[in-house]
Parts: sequence; structure tokens; C-alpha cells
Amino acid sequence: MIVGTLLAIFALALAAPSLHRVLGRATGYVLALGPLVAFGYYLTQMTPTAAGEATTVAVAWAESLGVEFSFRVDSLSTLFALLVTGVGTAIVLYSNSYLEGHPKRGRFFGYLLGFMGAMLGLVLADDLILLFIFWELTSITSYLLIGFDHEREKARKSALQALVVTGLGGLSMLAGLVLLGQIAGTFSVSGIIENYQVLAESPLTLAAMILVLGGAFTKSAQFPFHFWLPNAMEAPSPVSAYLHSSTMVKAGVYLVARLNPAFTEDPAWQWALAGFGGATMLLGAYMATRQTYYKKVLAYTTVSSLGIMVMLIGLGAPQAAAAYILAHALFKGALFLVAGIVDHEAGVKDTEQMGGLFGKMPVTALVAIISGLSMAGMVPLLGFVAKELLLKGSLHAHGGPHDVAWLWPTISTIAGAFMAVAGFQAGIRPFLMKRTAEGEYPKPPHEAPPPMLLGPVVLTCLTLVGGLVPALFAKPIINGTTASIAGAKEVELVKLSAIYMATHASTALLLSGIALVAGAVLFFLRGPWRAITAPLDRIGAIIGPERIYHLLFAGTVGSVSLATIQTKLLQSGYLRVYVQVTVLTVLALGGGLMVLQGDLVESISVALPKFGEIAWTELLFEAVLVFMICVAAIASTQMRGRLSTIAVLGVVGYCSAVIFVLFGAPDVAMTQFAVETLTVIIFVLVVYHLPRFSVYSSKKVKSLDALLGAAFGLMMAAFVVSSFAIDADDGISWFYNRYALPSAAGEHVAYGRNLVNIILVDFRAIDTLGEIVVLGLAAVGVYTLLKLRQDRPAQGGMA
Amino acid sequence: MNSIILRTATRFMLPLLILFSIVVLLRGHNQPGGGFVGGLLATSAFALYAMAFGVPAMQRILRVPLTTYIAIGLGMALVSGVPGLLGGEPFLYGMWSSFELAGIGELKVGTPLLFDVGVYVTVMGVCLLMLSTLAEES
Repeated sequence: MIVGTLLAIFALALAAPSLHRVLGRATGYVLALGPLVAFGYYLTQMTPTAAGEATTVAVAWAESLGVEFSFRVDSLSTLFALLVTGVGTAIVLYSNSYLEGHPKRGRFFGYLLGFMGAMLGLVLADDLILLFIFWELTSITSYLLIGFDHEREKARKSALQALVVTGLGGLSMLAGLVLLGQIAGTFSVSGIIENYQVLAESPLTLAAMILVLGGAFTKSAQFPFHFWLPNAMEAPSPVSAYLHSSTMVKAGVYLVARLNPAFTEDPAWQWALAGFGGATMLLGAYMATRQTYYKKVLAYTTVSSLGIMVMLIGLGAPQAAAAYILAHALFKGALFLVAGIVDHEAGVKDTEQMGGLFGKMPVTALVAIISGLSMAGMVPLLGFVAKELLLKGSLHAHGGPHDVAWLWPTISTIAGAFMAVAGFQAGIRPFLMKRTAEGEYPKPPHEAPPPMLLGPVVLTCLTLVGGLVPALFAKPIINGTTASIAGAKEVELVKLSAIYMATHASTALLLSGIALVAGAVLFFLRGPWRAITAPLDRIGAIIGPERIYHLLFAGTVGSVSLATIQTKLLQSGYLRVYVQVTVLTVLALGGGLMVLQGDLVESISVALPKFGEIAWTELLFEAVLVFMICVAAIASTQMRGRLSTIAVLGVVGYCSAVIFVLFGAPDVAMTQFAVETLTVIIFVLVVYHLPRFSVYSSKKVKSLDALLGAAFGLMMAAFVVSSFAIDADDGISWFYNRYALPSAAGEHVAYGRNLVNIILVDFRAIDTLGEIVVLGLAAVGVYTLLKLRQDRPAQGGMA
Repeated sequence: MNSIILRTATRFMLPLLILFSIVVLLRGHNQPGGGFVGGLLATSAFALYAMAFGVPAMQRILRVPLTTYIAIGLGMALVSGVPGLLGGEPFLYGMWSSFELAGIGELKVGTPLLFDVGVYVTVMGVCLLMLSTLAEES
């Protein structure tokens, strides 16, 4: 069933474009069934996994490498699988309306479901290598999704940036995972967690950990890799909702949570997570207060939330981390979808340009208000519960980072205040406050169609129910996941009810109140606040990590680099330079080697007497042919017209073919004849397009070329002559002779007398297969090059 | 090219040339020939037709797009490797069986033949696609 859900989603992804052609508008409703059924299945797994049960499926794969095709469903996997499939169902339905009439909607669904399958595979995989494969698949599919509007340069750039950053992290992670597998002696995730003592003893563990964290931190946009995530908001809104709130960016968090039991006692692990997570939390929340564009506000709060989750795992507060994962997915998913609705139905992206939308779109407004308040951490929503747990977790930090115990609650409270500002900005500003902007909305604002509202409404209801009646779903998921993250470690579980938390005094409640009040004040003073902090932004733009990314990127593909120099040298675009470079390389390497080895003279002196054994009649034939070839070759350089040059070159080809006949290679000769004929035809067709024949090269260039050609010819001649010195009896022809036909002993591989053909279609068939694939690609290349040129208006120089 | 002689000759030549190319293809296993040369010969035949009657006419007698020929050819070559796999041997391992044909004798059929036909079709499709793309440009 686990593998079934995966296969079904991947199959739907492949079928999506064709399905869209058949079903048209209804495609989304049909495609949503896939994730919906999967969601139903993982729902049934919720209770047993919360009780500590786990289902495992394993299929043998690369056994010699110890790699298995294995999946495991425990509580943590179930939480993520539910998010992936549940939010996924809502996103598919939503996209169906959001991209109504979009010409590439079918393709979009293909990418989206492909991503969904990859993400589901990632959270279910119980093998490090399998996990890595799905991990990279999410990077690639998200590249396609972020750059979906590929006509826009910004979308392409952002998609590439996300791919480069997460892809580099992924490579680092692969190295780390391999190392981890080597240390533990198994690639099985559950196996590594069970034998975590082995990790503690190995000196390589630290290196493996750093490499793996490289992957986790880039994927989940931790400081200093956070910059790609806000840029990725170039993606269509449903993609942002899916990738950047509930799933992909959480892959990093998932990995950290998954491996936490193996490293949990390691101070380096605790410090890395708490340190980077805390920095990310603070930076993201601060940046969010400076944003006014709806999706940017959400993007930076996402960065902050990801920091919170990572920090909480590092601080040894798995219950808080689990609660935050769930709460964040619910409110942020809903808010991103709201951002899409407001943009879609009112045509505005900037929250400061919005206002008074409550009357126009009441359902959307309610969703936004409740989810926004959940993000701000207001009672009695699930976001409040999560924030309480965050503050509790910061107050009672376990392990290494408790050396600076005052730090964690302080930054958590500050970040909480910033988050409240962002929550009000997204939930209150557009709907409950007056519109201050001039002029009308670009589109008359109205309520979104029901399929678009379904997802946000359901997510919002869950936010509400999760806070009020946690026993219904929040408690089993959160507490089960807590156990998965904590591993063998005992964790004190807190009562999850929002009402209970709000009515029982604690330090966390006090800090929570401070954060909310500070957030409210800051929200009303957001104008001056943004003005005060503006200079910091400018400093960030100069020394920030994104600048470093651009500098590094420019170093790789920019104007002054090795790549540019060698491209200019090798890819000049002039045929004559290509030929010169090729000939010179062969001459330098091949000829140079022959001279250096020094046995050239010797082998030629061995070979030359053998020519004397050839009968003079044969020599006569050959001499005539060689003479003709030479004359034709020289003539071809003197011709003044293209057609005559081609004809003369044809003479060279045909004469060579006759030589093959003489030496008993009729197969090669036949092919040579046919190729020569077709080459002449193709040449004639190409010549048709070329400008009038004119002389480009000066006398000097010509004599240089002649010298080069002569040297090359001499080298080849020396090659051929010296090859006579080699005793050919040790070749492999005995093998073909022996196995081509059934022998007396009955051993045979092929049935045939023509060795050339048998080698081509039997002994070395896979080579031939590769060659015809290359041929096919070449033909498609010619076709597209010429056809694409045809579609464009003629540009200078190609006439 | 508007030449009555060429056109008339081509009408007779085309089937003969194609027949010849098929003979070359089939005899390739024991005598000089094979899929590659056969495909080139077939290409020459159709190129002759294109010269006499124009590229659109050639594409008409080929019925399906040339890219489809390439796809079919590659597909045949690929499929010919599967029986080997099914038989527990490596991919593309030659699997043979023989039939008694009344009046002709024993006929051996094997996956290398299918492979060779795939090469034939691919080569023909590739060369004709290049030819016709270039010719259409003019």
C-alpha cells in the first residue's frame, strides 16, 4: 500500500498532460483523487503509529552496495505524509481553478504531482540512498515549478538559484550520507538510529554530520542559505503554498528530525541546530516585518519558522518542534492560498495597497484572519499552542546549549513579536483595516470559487480545532512524532490544549503575552519601524549571503573565468578553427607520443620489407587509386566553385571505397559508397544556402594550413605503416571466429558468417544501439536547428 | 527537378531499390550487407524519389512522419534486447529459434534480425529527416 500510493501519484504525474487534453477543466478533480486516497490511507496509520508501531516495506535493489528499496511508516513519516497528500489534494483542486485557461495547465499538474511523489517518497524512505534520490527529485521538480512562468527572466533566475543552492547542499549531503552509512555499516535509517552508539565512537561522525547538515540547511533555507526561499516566490501561488510552507523546505527539518535520535547526545549537533536555527528564526522574523508584499511577508516568516523548528530540535524540545511543524503547515498553507486568491481576484500583491476586503470576500477574510492570528500566536489557535511550546522549550533547553540559557527565551520572544507583526500584516491589514491606497482595485474584488476556497477553509478549521480539541488529531500526531524525533530519549510531554495553557500561569505565558503586545505596538508603528531599519537592509544587500552567491556565480559563468577563456578558444564558431584545433590536438598528442616513444623508425623499418611481398599487379591497382585520390585531394583545394569541390571530394571517397574492395572489406566498401553518395546529396542541399563562394584566407593562412595538413597526413601514414610491424595474430578475431557459428563443441553465441555484421548486431549490439541513438539525436538536432530558425524573422548574417 | 526521364525512371527504380535494400538487409548476417547499408540504400531510393517528385511527395509515400520512423527503429532495437533479459541472459543477448518452411527449408529467426531491422529503419529515418529538412529550406 505504501509503494502503491507512491506509484499511483507518479503514474498520475506522467499521465497528467494527456489527461488534461482529454478531460480539460475537470482534470484537477480527477487528479486530486490520487493524493486524496493516499491521504485516507495515511490517516488510518495515524493511530497505530502514534502508539509506536511502524510498517516496513523493503525490496532488494543494489544488494552488492547494501542499498535497499525500503520504506518505513512511523509517526514522523505519517505526519509528513499527511501534510504532503492532504495539503497536496487541496493544492491540486486550487490550482485547477487558479490556472483556469492556462495553456500549460496539464504540464503544471505533471510537475506538481511529480513533486508530490518525490516528497512522499522522501519522507517514507528508510534507506539513505533512496532518501537522497527522492531528495534530489524534489529539487528538480521544484526547479520546474518555481520556473513555471519561464518566459520571465526573474522566474528562471530564481528557479536556478534555488536549484544551485539546494543542489549543492544535496551533493554535500550525499557525501555525508555515504560516510554515515560507512560508519554505521548500514544504509538503513532505522538501522543507524538503533546503533547510534557506533556513531558516537567514530571520529568520522563529525564530518558526516556537517556534510549532512549542509544538505538539510540549504533545503530548509537556514541562515546563511535563506536567500533563495523569498526569491522562489516567483512561483505561482499554489506552488509557494505547497513547496514553501508545508513540504519541500521542511524536507531539511524532516531530515534533521529523522536523524536526531542518532546524534541527539552530540554537543556539536545540538549547537549547530540551535545556533543556525536561532539565527534563522531571528533574521527571518525581522525581515518579515520589513516586507509589504503578501507573499514576501509569508516567505520570510517561513524562513523564521524553519529556523524555529531546527532550533527546537537542537534544544532538545521535540514536542515543541512537532507542534510547530503541524501548526506552521496549517496556517502558512492557508495564508499562501489566500495570497493567491487576493492576487487572483483583486489583482493586488502589496498588503499596504489592500484594505476593506472583508465585505468583498468574507470567507477568504475569515480564513486569513484566523490563520494570520495563528501565525501571530493568538489564543485559542494551534499557533498559540505551538508558540507556548516554543517558549517552554527555549526556557528549559537541554544539552549543550543550556550554557547560555538566557539567550533562547530572549530571541524566541523577540522573534515571537516580529511574527505577530507579520501575522497582523497578512491577516488583519488587507481585510479589517481601511484601504489607504489611491484608486480602484485593478480587478473588482470578489469571492473565490468554491474549489479554491476548500483547501484554505479546511486548513483553517484544523488550526482552530487543533488548538481547542487537541485530542481529535493534534495530540496523537504531535506526541507520536515527538517520540520519533526523541528516539530512545525520555521526553516530558505537555498538555496540548490552548485553553488549558492560556488559563494556567507560567513564564512561557508571560513571555507570550509580552511578544503579542510588543507585536501589536510594532504593527501600528510599522511605518516608522521600516524607515528606521531601512539602512540595515542596504548593508545586508552589500555584505549579505545573496551577494556572495552572486559573486560566486559570476565567477563561474561570468566574464573573466577559465570557462570563458576556453570557450573562446574552442568554441569560436568558425569551422576552420574547429578543424585546426582538432588536427593540432591529434598531432600534438598522437604524433608527439610516437616521436617520444622513439620506436617509430624501428617499427617502420620492420614494416617496410613486408610491402615487398605484395604482388606487382596488386600494387599497380593501388598505385592508380592512390594517384587518383591525391590528384582529387589537391584539386579540391584549388577549386573555385562549391559544386565542383564537392564532386572532386566525392572522387576521393569513391576511390577509398574501391581500396576497401581491394582489401577484402566489401561491407565497409558498400557502406562507404552509400555514405559518399548521400554526403554529396546533403552537401548539395547545404551549399544551396551558402553565400557566393569567395576567398577568405590569405596566402599566409593557406600555406600554414597546407603545412598542418601535410604534417597530419604524414603522421597518419606513419601510424598505418608502423601498424604493419605489429603481429596481428594476438588479436581478438579468433574469438569472433570461434563464437560466430556453432562449433563442434556446440559453443556459440551468434549464428552468422558475416563477422562485421555479427559484431554490429550481436557481440557489440549495445554499442550499435548507442550509435543509432546518437544518429537519431543528430537528426532531431538538424531538424530543430533549421525549423527554429525558420520560425524567427530573418536576422542579419544568416541570409 | 522537372524531368520526364527522371520521373519515369524513378517510378521503376524506387520499388527495385527498396527491394534491393531489403535484400541487403536480410543477407547481412551471412554475406556483406546489414541494417546500416540497407538503410542507406533505402535512403538513396527515397532521395531519388524526392529529387524527381519533390520532398512533399516523398513524405506522402512514406505515410507517417520521419520522426516516427526514427522512434519505431529505436524502439525495435530496444525491444530486441528484452527477450534476452526474459531468458535470464544479458540485455541484447541473441535469442534464436528456427522454423521449418515448406519448400524453402529451415528458417532461423532471432532477435539480432529484429535489431538489424531497427538499425535499418532508424538510419533511413535519420538520413531522410536531415535530407528533407535541408531540402525544405531551399
